[in-house]
Amino acid sequence: MHLILFFVFAGFCLAGAINLLLQSHPINSALSLIVVMTSLAVLYLLLGAEFLAAAQVIVYAGAIMVLFTFVVMLLNAGREERTLGSGVARAVGFPAVVAILGVIATVIVKAQDLGVAKLGEGLTNAPGGTNIEALSKVLFTELLLPFEVTSVLILIAILGAVALASHDRERQAGK
Amino acid sequence: MNSMFSHGVPLSYYLLLSALLFALGVVGFLIKRNLITVFMSIELMLNAVNLSFVTFAHEWHAVKGQIFVFFVMMVAAAEAAVGLAIIIAIFRARATLAVDRIDLMKL
Repeated sequence: MHLILFFVFAGFCLAGAINLLLQSHPINSALSLIVVMTSLAVLYLLLGAEFLAAAQVIVYAGAIMVLFTFVVMLLNAGREERTLGSGVARAVGFPAVVAILGVIATVIVKAQDLGVAKLGEGLTNAPGGTNIEALSKVLFTELLLPFEVTSVLILIAILGAVALASHDRERQAGK
Repeated sequence: MNSMFSHGVPLSYYLLLSALLFALGVVGFLIKRNLITVFMSIELMLNAVNLSFVTFAHEWHAVKGQIFVFFVMMVAAAEAAVGLAIIIAIFRARATLAVDRIDLMKL
Protein backbone atom coordinates (compact mmCIF):
# COMPACT_ATOMS: atom_id res chain seq x y z
CA MET A 1 0.00 0.00 0.00
CA HIS A 2 2.72 2.38 1.08
CA LEU A 3 4.80 1.39 -1.94
CA ILE A 4 1.92 2.02 -4.35
CA LEU A 5 1.12 5.40 -2.78
CA PHE A 6 4.80 6.33 -2.85
CA PHE A 7 5.21 5.47 -6.52
CA VAL A 8 1.99 7.22 -7.55
CA PHE A 9 2.85 10.47 -5.80
CA ALA A 10 6.56 10.33 -6.59
CA GLY A 11 5.44 9.96 -10.21
CA PHE A 12 3.20 13.02 -9.84
CA CYS A 13 6.13 14.92 -8.32
CA LEU A 14 8.54 14.08 -11.11
CA ALA A 15 5.93 14.61 -13.83
CA GLY A 16 5.09 18.03 -12.37
CA ALA A 17 8.75 19.01 -12.13
CA ILE A 18 9.45 17.92 -15.72
CA ASN A 19 6.32 19.70 -16.90
CA LEU A 20 7.55 22.85 -15.14
CA LEU A 21 10.66 22.71 -17.32
CA LEU A 22 8.84 21.94 -20.56
CA GLN A 23 6.04 24.51 -20.39
CA SER A 24 6.81 27.82 -21.98
CA HIS A 25 4.05 29.81 -20.32
CA PRO A 26 4.76 30.81 -16.68
CA ILE A 27 1.19 30.13 -15.53
CA ASN A 28 1.46 26.50 -16.67
CA SER A 29 4.76 26.18 -14.82
CA ALA A 30 3.12 27.61 -11.69
CA LEU A 31 0.25 25.12 -11.90
CA SER A 32 2.64 22.17 -12.31
CA LEU A 33 4.62 23.45 -9.32
CA ILE A 34 1.39 23.28 -7.30
CA VAL A 35 1.07 19.61 -8.35
CA VAL A 36 4.64 18.98 -7.15
CA MET A 37 4.01 20.65 -3.79
CA THR A 38 0.71 18.90 -3.14
CA SER A 39 2.23 15.50 -3.95
CA LEU A 40 5.11 16.34 -1.62
CA ALA A 41 2.52 16.98 1.10
CA VAL A 42 1.20 13.43 0.57
CA LEU A 43 4.75 12.08 0.80
CA TYR A 44 5.19 13.97 4.11
CA LEU A 45 2.03 12.26 5.34
CA LEU A 46 3.50 8.89 4.35
CA LEU A 47 6.59 9.75 6.38
CA GLY A 48 4.46 10.55 9.41
CA ALA A 49 4.82 14.33 9.33
CA GLU A 50 1.17 15.36 9.56
CA PHE A 51 1.78 18.94 10.63
CA LEU A 52 4.26 19.54 7.82
CA ALA A 53 1.86 18.06 5.28
CA ALA A 54 -0.79 20.55 6.36
CA ALA A 55 1.72 23.40 6.43
CA GLN A 56 3.00 22.42 2.99
CA VAL A 57 -0.50 22.61 1.52
CA ILE A 58 -1.40 25.86 3.30
CA VAL A 59 1.90 27.75 3.05
CA TYR A 60 3.44 26.46 -0.16
CA ALA A 61 0.60 25.25 -2.37
CA GLY A 62 -1.68 27.90 -0.92
CA ALA A 63 0.00 31.16 0.00
CA ILE A 64 3.25 31.14 -1.97
CA MET A 65 1.77 29.78 -5.19
CA VAL A 66 -1.14 32.23 -5.02
CA LEU A 67 1.50 34.96 -4.80
CA PHE A 68 3.27 33.49 -7.84
CA THR A 69 0.15 33.19 -9.98
CA PHE A 70 -0.91 36.66 -8.88
CA VAL A 71 2.41 38.14 -10.03
CA VAL A 72 2.27 36.20 -13.31
CA MET A 73 -1.18 37.65 -13.98
CA LEU A 74 -0.28 41.13 -12.72
CA LEU A 75 2.75 41.42 -14.99
CA ASN A 76 0.85 39.74 -17.82
CA ALA A 77 3.83 37.50 -18.39
CA GLY A 78 3.59 35.95 -21.81
CA ARG A 79 5.24 33.04 -23.50
CA GLU A 80 8.95 33.01 -22.79
CA GLU A 81 11.35 33.29 -25.67
CA ARG A 82 13.61 30.32 -26.00
CA THR A 83 17.22 31.26 -26.24
CA LEU A 84 20.22 29.10 -25.76
CA GLY A 85 21.35 31.02 -22.70
CA SER A 86 24.95 31.54 -21.85
CA GLY A 87 27.63 29.17 -23.09
CA VAL A 88 29.04 28.85 -19.58
CA ALA A 89 25.72 27.54 -18.28
CA ARG A 90 25.67 24.86 -20.94
CA ALA A 91 29.35 23.94 -20.72
CA VAL A 92 29.68 23.89 -16.94
CA GLY A 93 26.14 23.77 -15.58
CA PHE A 94 24.76 20.59 -17.11
CA PRO A 95 27.83 18.41 -16.47
CA ALA A 96 27.82 19.77 -12.93
CA VAL A 97 24.15 18.80 -12.50
CA VAL A 98 24.86 15.29 -13.78
CA ALA A 99 27.92 15.00 -11.53
CA ILE A 100 26.05 16.19 -8.41
CA LEU A 101 23.13 13.86 -9.11
CA GLY A 102 25.51 10.95 -9.73
CA VAL A 103 27.45 11.54 -6.52
CA ILE A 104 24.30 11.91 -4.39
CA ALA A 105 22.68 8.86 -5.98
CA THR A 106 25.73 6.64 -5.44
CA VAL A 107 26.03 7.76 -1.81
CA ILE A 108 22.33 7.06 -1.20
CA VAL A 109 22.38 3.69 -2.94
CA LYS A 110 25.51 2.62 -1.07
CA ALA A 111 24.13 3.68 2.31
CA GLN A 112 22.70 0.33 3.36
CA ASP A 113 21.90 1.23 6.96
CA LEU A 114 18.97 3.43 6.06
CA GLY A 115 15.67 2.20 7.40
CA VAL A 116 12.35 1.41 5.82
CA ALA A 117 9.36 3.73 6.11
CA LYS A 118 6.12 2.07 7.05
CA LEU A 119 2.66 3.51 7.00
CA GLY A 120 1.49 5.16 10.22
CA GLU A 121 4.95 5.13 11.73
CA GLY A 122 6.62 8.43 12.34
CA LEU A 123 8.04 10.06 15.41
CA THR A 124 6.31 7.54 17.68
CA ASN A 125 9.52 7.03 19.64
CA ALA A 126 9.68 10.73 20.42
CA PRO A 127 8.22 11.97 23.70
CA GLY A 128 4.61 13.02 23.37
CA GLY A 129 1.88 11.08 21.64
CA THR A 130 1.13 12.54 18.26
CA ASN A 131 3.38 14.23 15.76
CA ILE A 132 1.96 17.68 16.41
CA GLU A 133 2.29 17.25 20.15
CA ALA A 134 5.94 16.25 19.88
CA LEU A 135 6.61 19.06 17.43
CA SER A 136 4.98 21.80 19.47
CA LYS A 137 6.65 20.69 22.69
CA VAL A 138 10.09 21.24 21.22
CA LEU A 139 9.07 24.29 19.21
CA PHE A 140 7.57 26.21 22.11
CA THR A 141 10.11 25.26 24.78
CA GLU A 142 13.57 24.77 23.35
CA LEU A 143 13.17 26.72 20.13
CA LEU A 144 10.89 29.50 21.29
CA LEU A 145 13.37 32.28 20.54
CA PRO A 146 14.03 31.23 16.90
CA PHE A 147 10.27 30.85 16.46
CA GLU A 148 9.66 34.40 17.65
CA VAL A 149 12.52 35.70 15.54
CA THR A 150 10.79 34.27 12.44
CA SER A 151 7.77 36.43 13.18
CA VAL A 152 10.03 39.50 13.08
CA LEU A 153 11.54 38.18 9.84
CA ILE A 154 8.08 37.82 8.28
CA LEU A 155 7.17 41.35 9.40
CA ILE A 156 10.36 42.73 7.82
CA ALA A 157 9.61 40.77 4.65
CA ILE A 158 6.10 42.24 4.45
CA LEU A 159 7.43 45.78 4.94
CA GLY A 160 10.20 45.15 2.41
CA ALA A 161 7.77 43.77 -0.17
CA VAL A 162 5.47 46.77 0.24
CA ALA A 163 8.38 49.21 0.02
CA LEU A 164 9.83 47.51 -3.07
CA ALA A 165 6.58 47.17 -4.97
CA SER A 166 5.04 50.54 -4.13
CA HIS A 167 4.70 53.26 -6.75
CA ASP A 168 5.93 56.07 -4.50
CA ARG A 169 9.59 55.22 -4.77
CA GLU A 170 9.41 55.33 -8.56
CA ARG A 171 7.66 58.69 -8.55
CA GLN A 172 10.26 60.15 -6.21
CA ALA A 173 13.01 58.86 -8.46
CA GLY A 174 11.29 60.43 -11.46
CA LYS A 175 11.20 63.91 -9.93
CA MET B 1 15.97 -6.58 -1.37
CA ASN B 2 13.17 -8.71 0.06
CA SER B 3 12.02 -5.96 2.40
CA MET B 4 11.40 -3.73 -0.59
CA PHE B 5 8.19 -5.53 -1.53
CA SER B 6 6.98 -6.69 1.84
CA HIS B 7 5.77 -3.71 3.82
CA GLY B 8 7.37 -0.32 3.50
CA VAL B 9 9.34 1.89 1.22
CA PRO B 10 13.11 2.10 1.72
CA LEU B 11 14.05 5.60 2.77
CA SER B 12 16.66 5.67 0.04
CA TYR B 13 13.79 5.91 -2.47
CA TYR B 14 12.68 9.13 -0.82
CA LEU B 15 16.24 10.45 -0.87
CA LEU B 16 16.63 9.53 -4.54
CA LEU B 17 13.37 11.35 -5.33
CA SER B 18 14.67 14.34 -3.42
CA ALA B 19 17.95 14.29 -5.37
CA LEU B 20 16.06 14.01 -8.67
CA LEU B 21 13.78 16.93 -7.80
CA PHE B 22 16.80 19.01 -6.80
CA ALA B 23 18.55 18.21 -10.09
CA LEU B 24 15.40 19.13 -12.03
CA GLY B 25 15.33 22.41 -10.12
CA VAL B 26 18.93 23.16 -11.07
CA VAL B 27 18.22 22.29 -14.71
CA GLY B 28 15.19 24.59 -14.63
CA PHE B 29 17.33 27.34 -13.16
CA LEU B 30 19.74 26.93 -16.08
CA ILE B 31 17.37 26.54 -19.01
CA LYS B 32 14.42 28.77 -18.13
CA ARG B 33 14.54 32.25 -19.60
CA ASN B 34 11.69 33.81 -17.64
CA LEU B 35 12.50 35.47 -14.33
CA ILE B 36 9.39 34.10 -12.59
CA THR B 37 10.03 30.54 -13.76
CA VAL B 38 13.65 30.76 -12.61
CA PHE B 39 12.30 31.76 -9.20
CA MET B 40 9.92 28.77 -9.29
CA SER B 41 12.90 26.48 -9.93
CA ILE B 42 14.49 27.82 -6.74
CA GLU B 43 11.30 26.96 -4.85
CA LEU B 44 11.48 23.46 -6.36
CA MET B 45 15.02 23.04 -5.03
CA LEU B 46 13.93 24.21 -1.56
CA ASN B 47 11.12 21.65 -1.60
CA ALA B 48 13.49 18.87 -2.63
CA VAL B 49 15.78 19.62 0.31
CA ASN B 50 12.75 19.73 2.64
CA LEU B 51 11.84 16.22 1.53
CA SER B 52 15.26 14.87 2.52
CA PHE B 53 14.98 16.68 5.87
CA VAL B 54 11.67 14.94 6.57
CA THR B 55 13.13 11.61 5.44
CA PHE B 56 16.08 11.87 7.81
CA ALA B 57 13.79 13.03 10.61
CA HIS B 58 11.85 9.82 10.05
CA GLU B 59 15.01 7.76 9.99
CA TRP B 60 16.35 9.02 13.32
CA HIS B 61 13.00 9.80 14.95
CA ALA B 62 14.26 13.33 15.43
CA VAL B 63 11.59 15.96 15.80
CA LYS B 64 14.03 18.78 15.13
CA GLY B 65 14.38 17.78 11.50
CA GLN B 66 10.70 18.48 10.97
CA ILE B 67 10.95 21.76 12.88
CA PHE B 68 13.79 22.79 10.59
CA VAL B 69 11.52 22.17 7.60
CA PHE B 70 8.93 24.40 9.29
CA PHE B 71 11.52 27.18 9.58
CA VAL B 72 12.57 26.66 5.96
CA MET B 73 8.92 27.11 4.95
CA MET B 74 8.70 30.38 6.89
CA VAL B 75 11.89 31.70 5.34
CA ALA B 76 10.70 30.58 1.91
CA ALA B 77 7.47 32.52 2.40
CA ALA B 78 9.43 35.66 3.30
CA GLU B 79 11.80 35.06 0.40
CA ALA B 80 8.94 34.62 -2.06
CA ALA B 81 7.28 37.87 -0.92
CA VAL B 82 10.48 39.92 -1.23
CA GLY B 83 11.61 38.17 -4.43
CA LEU B 84 8.31 38.73 -6.21
CA ALA B 85 8.33 42.38 -5.10
CA ILE B 86 11.79 42.73 -6.62
CA ILE B 87 10.52 41.09 -9.83
CA ILE B 88 7.66 43.64 -9.95
CA ALA B 89 10.14 46.49 -9.44
CA ILE B 90 12.39 45.13 -12.22
CA PHE B 91 9.41 44.77 -14.54
CA ARG B 92 8.44 48.42 -13.88
CA ALA B 93 11.94 49.60 -14.74
CA ARG B 94 12.67 47.30 -17.69
CA ALA B 95 9.25 46.17 -18.99
CA THR B 96 10.64 42.69 -19.57
CA LEU B 97 10.99 39.44 -17.66
CA ALA B 98 13.56 37.80 -19.93
CA VAL B 99 16.70 37.11 -17.93
CA ASP B 100 18.91 37.72 -20.97
CA ARG B 101 17.87 41.38 -21.00
CA ILE B 102 18.24 41.89 -17.26
CA ASP B 103 22.00 41.82 -17.08
CA LEU B 104 22.79 45.04 -15.24
CA MET B 105 22.65 45.64 -11.52
CA LYS B 106 21.46 49.18 -12.14
CA LEU B 107 17.74 49.44 -12.69
